[in-house]
Amino acid sequence: MKKVIYVDNNATTKVAPEVFEAMKPFLTDEYGNPSSMHTFGGKVAKYIEQAREAIADLLGASDPSEIIFTSGGTESDNTAIMSTLRSYPDKKHIITTKVEHSAVLNLCHYLETIGYRVTYLGVNSEGLIDINELKSAIDQDTAVISIMYANNETGVIFPIEEIAEIARIRGVVFHTDAVQAVGKIPFKLTELPVDLLSLSGHKLHAPKGIGALYVRKGTRFTPLVIGGHQEHGRRGGTENVAGIVGLGVACQLAKQAMGEERTRIKALRDKLERAILEKIPHTRINGHPQYRLPNTTNIGFEFIEGEAILLMLDEKGICASSGSACTSGSLTPSHVLKAMGVPFTFIQGSIRFSLSRYNSEEDIDYIIKNLPPIIARLREISPYGKERVS
Amino acid sequence: MWFYSEKVKELFKNPKNVGEIENPDAVGEVGNIICGDALRLTLRIDKKTNKILDAKFQTFGCASAIASSSALTEMIKGKTIDEAARITNKDIAEYLGGLPNEKMHCSVMGMEALEAAIANYRGAPFKKETVGEEKIVCKCFSVTDKKIIRAIKENNLRTVEEVTNFTKAGGGCGKCKPEIEKLLKEFWEKEETKKVHPKEPIKKKLTNLQRISLIQETIEREIRPQLKADGGDIELLDIEGNKVYVKFLGTCLGCPATGVTLKALVESKLKEFVDTDIRVEEVKE
Repeated sequence: MKKVIYVDNNATTKVAPEVFEAMKPFLTDEYGNPSSMHTFGGKVAKYIEQAREAIADLLGASDPSEIIFTSGGTESDNTAIMSTLRSYPDKKHIITTKVEHSAVLNLCHYLETIGYRVTYLGVNSEGLIDINELKSAIDQDTAVISIMYANNETGVIFPIEEIAEIARIRGVVFHTDAVQAVGKIPFKLTELPVDLLSLSGHKLHAPKGIGALYVRKGTRFTPLVIGGHQEHGRRGGTENVAGIVGLGVACQLAKQAMGEERTRIKALRDKLERAILEKIPHTRINGHPQYRLPNTTNIGFEFIEGEAILLMLDEKGICASSGSACTSGSLTPSHVLKAMGVPFTFIQGSIRFSLSRYNSEEDIDYIIKNLPPIIARLREISPYGKERVS
Repeated sequence: MWFYSEKVKELFKNPKNVGEIENPDAVGEVGNIICGDALRLTLRIDKKTNKILDAKFQTFGCASAIASSSALTEMIKGKTIDEAARITNKDIAEYLGGLPNEKMHCSVMGMEALEAAIANYRGAPFKKETVGEEKIVCKCFSVTDKKIIRAIKENNLRTVEEVTNFTKAGGGCGKCKPEIEKLLKEFWEKEETKKVHPKEPIKKKLTNLQRISLIQETIEREIRPQLKADGGDIELLDIEGNKVYVKFLGTCLGCPATGVTLKALVESKLKEFVDTDIRVEEVKE
């Protein structure tokens, strides 16, 4: 098989072998419904509760009952925002940012069409919001503030502690889409006044189709998915038992990897970044150099286009992603990079490398060896960058 | 992920004719870095024969933009200017074994660069200038009404989405979509009136007898043979003004598709050959 260097872990991750092993019984012999009266089904419920505890533990939450299982990040985001709006029916204002994931952004666009008012906070060239802008955006009508913990494209980490504190003082519910952050950096929700927090399984080596929403005790909640009594009536639908068990194990593994592994991944990311900046001219890092996830780097290559870079990398078995227009089919480049004001000569040629604990030093060396000739070749084909940038 | 043809992949991985001809006889430049793609085409042309001796390109853009540019240079080498001028974006897309819909604008860019180069050879400046009468419709990608109408015409485009695929217009902020919609509507309405409708033979009003025999003839010639081929048959029961009553026989009896046959075959043939007002009804016993 062709060599595969997977450095697109912000898109999705490999299911950890331990996770897969833990899930297997629930896809074969242990297929019971946890809501059943008989022992065969009922005994499954305890594994769900164990998983809930593991997630609460990774998040540093005070009680496992604060965790609701969902189908993934998008459902968690939708649940958090819709639940809050329904719980405060008189308030019609939402605050978010221009750089959110589409799970939040497109929901907000939709809410605008049915009578809600949305403030989209801008970001500076390093991808960070202006706290004063946030403060002045809050008014009597504000129902919810939803700001991502870390950006998926650039890895930029927002000052969530400060934001959450402002929301708390002003009495506004605060939701954070932490899909990219959970499992990559430590959390202690007992000390972080976040009301609602979304996470997704497949970003931390659990499978796709499972996620969770943290709902702090005391937060008003109205379910989005209405059905059976599952999750204490907060999310209808028979539990995705195998997925839940997998997510639990993935959270345990993530907690174990939070120390040395995290340092190792960051060192690899830094090595990759340094080598690229050093070996390839006309290159820049998009995003704040310090306030960033340890696994992510978004690098702009001037004068060339991202899709072409990705396909050339693909030829070498390297899997990365790009915010260029051509890759999305939308014709316009990434809304995140545009909001940051990344220069137009760089924006189309921006590539994201996102690492995981399954990446080795050899992977990074392989990229460092193969990337420069690709960039050079595409610049040869490009009409720009030869003293003739028009 | 895009699913590119083998030809696109091949020409992207190993593009032919990359570079720039020194002291070229013609230069064509289209697009710009903000729009996300740009192409610079340089040509060596034999002044006596007007034959394109060599063509080179430089492209900023995705895989399909690079492949389209490379294809273009391969297609025009050895052709005379007049021959090359007949190449359309469709020809480029065909040469590439097709392009994903969202990437058709890459082939349009190739055609435009060629046109700009030919115009340049004939004395125009090498950058395509927007002439006074054109109007920029899509501000995000600087697409003019002229370019949109041309794409509509040459590629038989019917929806705003198709226009975006071919020209990029409307693919940015999307504010110009209503205007594109308007251009589409205007264009196709104009086409409709332009259409030379085949002169309809002035139909003499048929007498009742003529009408009945024409219906019978049409059933015999156009309808019955088709039904018989499937083991069925039809019987003409009665005619009352525009209403024709028929009965299905043979395998048509109890066939769940008779409703469709009645409309799609019997009624449509009678409308075609006898009178557009005819309605056919099935009599079941």
